[in-house]
Amino acid sequence: MRLIGAALALTATVAGCVLGGMAGRAQAFSAAPTAPGATDRGKTTGVGDPAPDFSRLDLSGKPQHLGAYRGKTILLNFWATWCTPCVAELPRFSAWQRRYGGEGLQVLGVSMDDDPRALERFLHRLPVAYPVVRGDAALGERFGGVFGLPLSLLIGADGRIVARLEGEVDLAELEHEIRSQLRAPAENASR
Amino acid sequence: MRVSWRHSLGTLALLFITIGHVPGASAEPGPAESIPAADLVQPADLAAEMRQSAQTQPLILQVGFRVLFEEAHIAAAVYAGPGNSGAGLKSLRAHLAAVPKHQSIVIYCGCCPWSHCPNVAAAYDELHRLGFDRVRVLYIAENFGHDWIDPGYPIAKGT
Repeated sequence: MRLIGAALALTATVAGCVLGGMAGRAQAFSAAPTAPGATDRGKTTGVGDPAPDFSRLDLSGKPQHLGAYRGKTILLNFWATWCTPCVAELPRFSAWQRRYGGEGLQVLGVSMDDDPRALERFLHRLPVAYPVVRGDAALGERFGGVFGLPLSLLIGADGRIVARLEGEVDLAELEHEIRSQLRAPAENASR
Repeated sequence: MRVSWRHSLGTLALLFITIGHVPGASAEPGPAESIPAADLVQPADLAAEMRQSAQTQPLILQVGFRVLFEEAHIAAAVYAGPGNSGAGLKSLRAHLAAVPKHQSIVIYCGCCPWSHCPNVAAAYDELHRLGFDRVRVLYIAENFGHDWIDPGYPIAKGT
């Protein structure tokens, strides 16, 4: 009985930590879209600004041009293999690409790994359903700086940044926002 | 009611498995949390130290990833290599080869939220193993941008 009691106490403690963490992520998500420019550190990549264009080869050697996805809702995800919260998000992003890709969603991963071999090994073991390009300091700077991971930008069909999400986010809320964007691409494009 | 040890242990194991499958939840705390609180320094306190005489400045080492260092790092910090790899720790040892063991050292990373940082605890342990006895770790709760750049503390860019 003592063990069961200890187990239940442990469950309550850990569940409290987990739920507390989720609440924190939810705040992070809701804060970014309603505070234009608040997280862009003075650069021109805040909410409402046009997303900077770039071209990079993905890991399969195919050119990835951000501007070519104009008209789609883009989830641009800066991540790295050593970033535990980033890796936790990848399966959901893959699922979204498969589920919403036909409705106009394009997920694009930007790996900030220093070691390209580590990235290739990782994606060989855990492939994702969307293209991944290698990032660097110059690309990060174009997006207002990538000074911690994960960092995701949700870009509307009109090419403007809808949300800038630093750290762990509430993925349910992010999915809700993506679905909202997918429902109104024409409205967004006309803004 | 009599409950067997096996039943109890089974219940405990099931709870751990369930917890491990909560989406987005970390199955175990990050190693950064193993660093004693007495050896942590807050960003505001380090920034204040940096405004003092150059003779009292600690040696500041970034023990995270190069791409993040190149984007921005603490002014006067030196890139020492990521603590999560053998190559990174080797680089750290090389940077400290001629440094006195009583030198005040501050290491930091800031790649990710504190509990997920894969670098600082390994670098901290390595410095202690090498005999350095004045090692502190900059406590970065969220990431370098949020905890150091946003408050306006001094930074430099590049390699």
